[in-house]
Amino acid sequence: MKITVKSWFKSGSPWVWMNASAVAISLVMVIGLLALIAVRGLGHFWPSAIMMAEYSVPGHTSSAVMGQLADDEEIPAQRLIDAGFTGLAEEELVTRQLLKVGNRDVSGSDFVWVVEPWLQSIQYPEDAIALERREWGNFYGFLKEVRQGDSVVATGSEAWAALNTRLERALKIYKEIHHIEKKDIGAINSKMERLRLKQRGLELRNQVTPALLADIAAQRAELDVAYKVLEKQLGDLYVSFTRDSVLAETVGGQTVEINVSKIVRAYQPNAMGLGSKVAFYGSKIWEFVSDDPREANTEGGIFPAIFGTVMMVLIMSVIVAPFGVIAAVYLREYARQGTVTRIIRIAVNNLAGVPSIVYGVFGLGFFVYFLGSHVDAAFFPEALPAPTFGTPGLLWASITLALLTLPVVIVATEEGLSRIPSSVREGSLALGATKAETLWRVVLPMASPAMMTGLILAVARAAGEVAPLMLVGVVKLAPSLPLNGNYPFLHLDQKFMHLGFHIYDVGFQSPNVEAARPLVYATALLLVIVIAALNLSAVAIRNHLREKYKSLEV
Amino acid sequence: MMSEAAVAKKQSERADMTQTDTEAKFRTHGISLDHIGRGRQKLSLEQEETCLEILDLNLFYGEKQALFGINMPIPKKRVTAFIGPSGCGKSTLLRSLNRMNDLVESCRIEGEVLHDAQDIYHKKVDVSDLRRRVGMVFQKPNPFPKSIYENVAYGLRIQGINKKRVLDETVEWALKGAALWDEVKDRLHESALGLSGGQQQRLVIARTIAVKPEVLLLDEPASALDPISTLKIEELINELKERFTIVIVTHNMQQAARVSDYTAFMYMGQLIEFGDTDTIFTNPREKKTEDYITGRYG
Repeated sequence: MKITVKSWFKSGSPWVWMNASAVAISLVMVIGLLALIAVRGLGHFWPSAIMMAEYSVPGHTSSAVMGQLADDEEIPAQRLIDAGFTGLAEEELVTRQLLKVGNRDVSGSDFVWVVEPWLQSIQYPEDAIALERREWGNFYGFLKEVRQGDSVVATGSEAWAALNTRLERALKIYKEIHHIEKKDIGAINSKMERLRLKQRGLELRNQVTPALLADIAAQRAELDVAYKVLEKQLGDLYVSFTRDSVLAETVGGQTVEINVSKIVRAYQPNAMGLGSKVAFYGSKIWEFVSDDPREANTEGGIFPAIFGTVMMVLIMSVIVAPFGVIAAVYLREYARQGTVTRIIRIAVNNLAGVPSIVYGVFGLGFFVYFLGSHVDAAFFPEALPAPTFGTPGLLWASITLALLTLPVVIVATEEGLSRIPSSVREGSLALGATKAETLWRVVLPMASPAMMTGLILAVARAAGEVAPLMLVGVVKLAPSLPLNGNYPFLHLDQKFMHLGFHIYDVGFQSPNVEAARPLVYATALLLVIVIAALNLSAVAIRNHLREKYKSLEV
Repeated sequence: MMSEAAVAKKQSERADMTQTDTEAKFRTHGISLDHIGRGRQKLSLEQEETCLEILDLNLFYGEKQALFGINMPIPKKRVTAFIGPSGCGKSTLLRSLNRMNDLVESCRIEGEVLHDAQDIYHKKVDVSDLRRRVGMVFQKPNPFPKSIYENVAYGLRIQGINKKRVLDETVEWALKGAALWDEVKDRLHESALGLSGGQQQRLVIARTIAVKPEVLLLDEPASALDPISTLKIEELINELKERFTIVIVTHNMQQAARVSDYTAFMYMGQLIEFGDTDTIFTNPREKKTEDYITGRYG
């Protein structure tokens, strides 16, 4: 049989092909996106080799460069010629490389672009070291000697081993110091602040009695004593923390003294085997997901941002689920179906389309400034003029996002309620159950998978939202987690960090663009993973519920 | 060849009644009645105690009137069947006996239904209490997506009875009452949705009798079931009428003939004829009844 174009179109196969290719393109795009951010983000943590070379730009004196290759690109030679370089006439394209040369304290910037053909006598010295520091970024160079106080303890080939043992010791002390500063002193500070607020509260209510004052003073004195002890302990720790230092030489021949306390990690990538590189990579990744950020978010980890994101999404879910469900139940089950409910439905659906920044502005104006200031005046007068809830924070951010995602939950729940067969409702009513009992015991459980679907959509939307959060509670760097060991444990008034905002901050607000770029990818990847994890757990709950309340075969 | 009685007993399709030979068919029903084997004594409405008394009931869906001035008693501890062609108002009348029509927004009712000398449409009547006393089983089995046990215990839990011993006893009693106990006693805590259609319908009956109602309203309880399940339901109805007043709506006239003591024939929202089943099926007063029973229309 001859297949004409007309009959081919009539058969419907062009549409099948079109649909299939649309699906295929979408899949390729999603996978490509994930692959891109994964490769770009995860490659950053690999300990790449340290290259040392002579860099001789024609017409200039040559200089030595040393660093890790971060990126490369091909550019037209004309661009370099336009910039005043010579000696490139015959080539059309040249490769230039981005070297992470570190040593920001010495050379001023830790990344340089070099033109590949001008690099000579490239070598990868085994004894080249990279030191990750708490400040000033990485150091690249050669280890000369290790000192304890003023005396030299090791030089030359023994220095590396000595550095490693001393670094281990310093890191252990750092952990102790960190613990004392964050946990113990943090706890004392929080108790002190509560005492201050208590006293201020008593003053405001005119209930000050000498006995109470004496009591507060006694507690304060007790805390002071504890603080003095910790301070002394801390002082001792700092002395022993800063005991050691290393002397190192940069590739330019400058000698730099670096205190061991300033070093986070020391490694010799050129001497590392594959196994130790993998181990190093693992520890870097672990640091990334479990540690606090350093150096204006361009180094260290993003744990507070992960924590803040998850926390905010959870609180938002806790708020939005009951409100959405109750609203949907009223709309579908109790409200008289008519013009008013139709208008409400239209309004709810339109709310889903309002740009999120509008919610941010509303949240700031209504929740933070209006509600927050009233809450402060009513419940936290002793803290004034410092605001407690009258300032952006976790609670307001969660409520704002709950408002933003409310329509999704309402629509999904209504959909679910409308799909419960009326025969089941009648069955319950015929047994003498009231409407409320029927709802509570039969209809709502059966509609719970639909509610979970709404919640999944809400979580997906909320976790990725950044714009409104910038107005109602997210910050670049939060001093402490919103959930910790100090009373009242969950600090709903605190500002928090968020992965989405972190991406924006690191990508666009960072002082060190080149250092931050891989972290943008890595953070983006992590955000995707966090959202996927939140979603998958909600999907798992939903599937469980669906199995349990499988609706009747109609 | 099967005897005519066996045909009537096993065959629950109406197809065989659409034949034209009225007289023959008519007798067929007469014979089948004799073979039901319940040893039915001669019944008469005057001797019965009344359970529900329908007085001048008019029912409207919006502007459209669905029931016209229905007057009839429902005798106590007897099976009363409503028959009639589709759309004649039998289900509507049944549903107005426990106020299920309240759920229909446009529904309006005039007249009274007396239960224990009390109008169930009086505004002081507690509707859920009424529905507990006048239970209902629907056309399609509608078990809740819970375990078998929880399905039967549902009505009790609604009443606030949560004592395990009481629940256990009642569940067993109700399931035995609905002739389902032996089939499900080993899997009481499995989902009710795993039961077959006939078992589900008996479960629904068990669920309904578990709250010990006075009246059972059955709205075509066997129409979605296969013949064997249908037979079981019919046997069950026979047993249940010892304890409950039963009102059954059915499309299936053999079924009405087999299970009911009294039959009401309805047509176009009106009660055409009401009397003991034998009379209705063998010697109806009204021409319409006779035509319907002999398969002339409907």
